[in-house]
Amino acid sequence: MTGLSSVRVAFVALAAAVALVLQTTVFPHLAWHGVGPNVVLLVVVAAGLARGAHFGMVLGFGAGLLLDLAPPADHAAGRWALALLVVGHVAGRVRQDAPAGVGGALAAVAACSFLGSSLFTLTGLLLDPGAGVPDLLEVVLAGVVWDLVLAAFVVPVVMRGLTRLDPAALAT
Amino acid sequence: MKPFPQRRYGLARNEGGEPGKGTPPRSLVLALVLACASLMVLDQSGSVLDPARRAVGEVVGPAQSFTAGAVRPFVELPEWFEDKDQMRGELASLEAENDQLRSQVRTTDLDRNRLAEFEGLTAAATDLGTALVPARVIGIGASQSFSATVTIDAGSSSGITPDLTVLNNDGLVGRVLRVTSTTATVLLVVDPDSAVGARVAADMELGFLTGRGDLGDEARLDLELVDQTVVPRERDVVVTWGSRNGDSPYLAGIPVGEVVSVYNSVRETSQRAVIDPFVDFAALDLVGVAVPSGTRSDRAVVEADGSLR
Repeated sequence: MTGLSSVRVAFVALAAAVALVLQTTVFPHLAWHGVGPNVVLLVVVAAGLARGAHFGMVLGFGAGLLLDLAPPADHAAGRWALALLVVGHVAGRVRQDAPAGVGGALAAVAACSFLGSSLFTLTGLLLDPGAGVPDLLEVVLAGVVWDLVLAAFVVPVVMRGLTRLDPAALAT
Repeated sequence: MKPFPQRRYGLARNEGGEPGKGTPPRSLVLALVLACASLMVLDQSGSVLDPARRAVGEVVGPAQSFTAGAVRPFVELPEWFEDKDQMRGELASLEAENDQLRSQVRTTDLDRNRLAEFEGLTAAATDLGTALVPARVIGIGASQSFSATVTIDAGSSSGITPDLTVLNNDGLVGRVLRVTSTTATVLLVVDPDSAVGARVAADMELGFLTGRGDLGDEARLDLELVDQTVVPRERDVVVTWGSRNGDSPYLAGIPVGEVVSVYNSVRETSQRAVIDPFVDFAALDLVGVAVPSGTRSDRAVVEADGSLR
């Protein structure tokens, strides 16, 4: 690992931690029917878009694990880790398949938010088949809307930070 | 369209080796997915991950405390603008008094029944032998997680241990799941995993309350009565059944909510009543954790007789 890439890892770790605290502490006050934005997911999507599938996937796993273990989470650990791992991977693939742009990034955020929440719900149903889930689709879609709104603030900051720390970008 | 990304992958692989570039190796994907799966199975089957949760909580808890403290003035700002200053103070104290009176009224039926039951015994045991540790809610889990848990800013250093009862002015809030030194995670009664022994105050009937996972105005609990011949009436108050010596979670006689509708399920041969909880879970802030009287704590404790220690 070069010095720069460890700076990058430190940057995304910090971003994920800040996102976690904001998500559990600040946004519940603004939440609609208890549904707030998933800021950690946005950080993972931004990192995937900026750095590719490998980076996005590893960060997704780490950030998801943080989301699983940090209070007040009480679900089985590994559920957000799996969901965000896939999200990071998909966001990274989007970066390779489509030219980056505002529209493309927003579409990626919407798709990833839907995918992440759905995966999380599905693993929950797999682990505990008896549990009834109220208004499943409504909650997931409200989450997508929240994530789109917040993406405008979070994604550019994380992406710009990662590009600044990119040795290739510095060289050019 | 197809060949283009294909070529890009090839390039990325040729550049190879540099971490953070291109697609991840298949072995890494497999390893991480397997790690997730084994974590889920481990956590589902036992409390193996509790030390890890506690460690993360010790780090994240103070950050949550700090942030919650920083945003509290802004959260309360709208209220501040709505009312004139003196009126607000007056209103708050009147509301508190009102809540107290209301909760007294709610439990009168229960108290009367209890008194009758305990007549002849030495005392009516008005003192449950508990004190309250005040705490504020600093973190709330999102609805996307489909579980209703919150973090409060009091932990083991304030004398809090798992399974203690959490309540506020209006009634039962939930119970403590796990603690770190400065924070505790509380399972709200509206969580789908929460099950609370309850009784209908008017006729002392026993039952079990389960949550539905909704917060906010439409938060509801389902009450399943043990005796299927009894039909609870609407507006009947439900209180916790609990245990007197505190060997199970939830103290006895804490108001939970009132009956809003009753269903008769023939298939399950039981009465199912829908309960509207007294506590507004969407606007949860100041709560009290019921600890045994005389617990050592690093903050002021409200004792059973109302004094502050």
